[in-house]
Amino acid sequence: MKLDPFCAEQGGSGEPCAPSFLEILCDRGFRWLTFAAGGIVISLGLYIIFEIGSAAVPAMKDNGLGFFVSTTWDVARNEFGILAEIWGTLYSSLLALLLGGFFGVSIAIFFTQGYLNHRVAQVFRSIIQLLAAIPSVVYGLWGIYVVIPALRPVASWLNEHFGFIPFFGTKLSGPGLAPAVIVLAIMILPTVAAISQDAFKQIPYKVKEAAYGMGTTRREAIMLVMLPTAANGIMGALVLGFGRALGETMALAMLIGNANQISLSLFSPAKTLASLLASNFPEAGAVEVSALMYAAVALLIITVGVNALGAFIMSRSKRQEAI
Amino acid sequence: MKNNMTKTTPLDAMEQTTGVPTEENQIAIDANIEAIYYGKFRAVRQSHVPIRKGEITGFIGPSGCGKSTVLRSLNRMNDLIPTFKMKGHVHFMGQDIYDPAIDPVVVRRHIGMVFQQPNPFAMSIYDNVAFGLKINRFKGDVNQRVEEALREAALWDEVKDKLHSSGLALSGGQQQRLCIARAIAPNPTVLLMDEPCSALDPIATRKVEKLMHELKKHYTVAIVTHNMQQAQRVADTTAFFSVDISDGERCGYLVEMGKTEELFEDPKQELTRKYIRGEFS
Repeated sequence: MKLDPFCAEQGGSGEPCAPSFLEILCDRGFRWLTFAAGGIVISLGLYIIFEIGSAAVPAMKDNGLGFFVSTTWDVARNEFGILAEIWGTLYSSLLALLLGGFFGVSIAIFFTQGYLNHRVAQVFRSIIQLLAAIPSVVYGLWGIYVVIPALRPVASWLNEHFGFIPFFGTKLSGPGLAPAVIVLAIMILPTVAAISQDAFKQIPYKVKEAAYGMGTTRREAIMLVMLPTAANGIMGALVLGFGRALGETMALAMLIGNANQISLSLFSPAKTLASLLASNFPEAGAVEVSALMYAAVALLIITVGVNALGAFIMSRSKRQEAI
Repeated sequence: MKNNMTKTTPLDAMEQTTGVPTEENQIAIDANIEAIYYGKFRAVRQSHVPIRKGEITGFIGPSGCGKSTVLRSLNRMNDLIPTFKMKGHVHFMGQDIYDPAIDPVVVRRHIGMVFQQPNPFAMSIYDNVAFGLKINRFKGDVNQRVEEALREAALWDEVKDKLHSSGLALSGGQQQRLCIARAIAPNPTVLLMDEPCSALDPIATRKVEKLMHELKKHYTVAIVTHNMQQAQRVADTTAFFSVDISDGERCGYLVEMGKTEELFEDPKQELTRKYIRGEFS
């Protein structure tokens, strides 16, 4: 007996039936819940940007665009500029990227190209991922008590014998760029290694077969075929690692020396935007807080730009994969 | 192996040692397989598969009969699979390629391979074909050899104006011919083809089949095919493999091998006859 095939009331008769009123209600409710969760996150982000931006407005009025080209940070005279911090942020992140990028990509090759037994590779991979779980402040302490003392003799030897090279132009008196960069490189290593590994794993098996079928040695297969094929993904990994390095705060504030200067020397102290914020906030007056907010806006623009670039490169590599 | 290498074509070199062609030196690869294992699983049992020089040898048989496995063991491609284990000997140019002293990399440079899925590298058409020349330290005119290989693969006219665009931008059939050009550019002795047309449409398939007749003038070819008509169209010799499920395991083996017309018209084994009639697949 079929009355109305699209009516909800016929469940249980063995015939297909429409969802009940309750089921439809749950479906709607679930949809609103997901909308709400997404909406809250997005509006929170926008609110943070708005709040920082509006707090920065007085400093923007006082300092204008000169803020980005001045190296003075003088609370007594209310003169603020962040050129040295922008330099320190980009320079330290770039050096960390060179170091961490090289090791991260090498590790990804080592883990994915058949050098290791599958299970051993899994163990190593977990260990590398654990590096990401170590708190920033612990890295900072490790840097102070281990990296700086270990670096000091090396640095003074380099400065003595190769002092004419700008990179070794000064002595390492304690905290400075070199220890900060080394620690920063270790901190971005898990990001770079994990995303590069994904890039290598995304390479279809048939590409590997093609390479070895041509009679390549393992090195030739990796350098001539696998690396170029994974290049886009690796590029994305490097950009995202760079983004992490730009925003890193605690370990850098502890290690970089917080000196308001621009120097090429690896052993001189420097300052980054994030370390400026961390070290100056606690004792800042109203005018300085506004300047710090302005600096935060600058940092935000840099990191958002870099992360967007990384996401763009990654999405392009995924699209190429699909072809 | 290396000594033979220096001569122009290793096939000639083998004939020179004995003078007149005899039945024995008409064989390019002599595969005496006792068993092939993947881990504990025995995939192929006792099979003797001689690949005749200058001919096309077709491998046919139902799924799981080990025809691809046998083909891939002829140039040690199976070594990429960690659990692969080979018992037996595969003789090529007077050497057992499974001898521990032999580097599989060198074997694959002499015995090229074309795969089921077209798999050009993510680089230009030119660089794809020049790839093998580069790794084999080719000293001659690379441009000329690339053109020759593309002509031999019947692809030159279609790509000569866009040699530096990506190989991945070509159609499936063109990609497969690019892979053939890439495989033959470094002048291998033998070309193995593992179901080279199964991912192609009928028109592209015909082109590749036509091309195979040209290829056998310069190379010995062995081809796995799922398609009996294709074997009849291209192969001089056909090997029929089947799978034995009697002992509760699935083990492939060679049922019979012979001239293609003889095998299709008058098979010696009842099993072959049934397969050719289409009674199982």
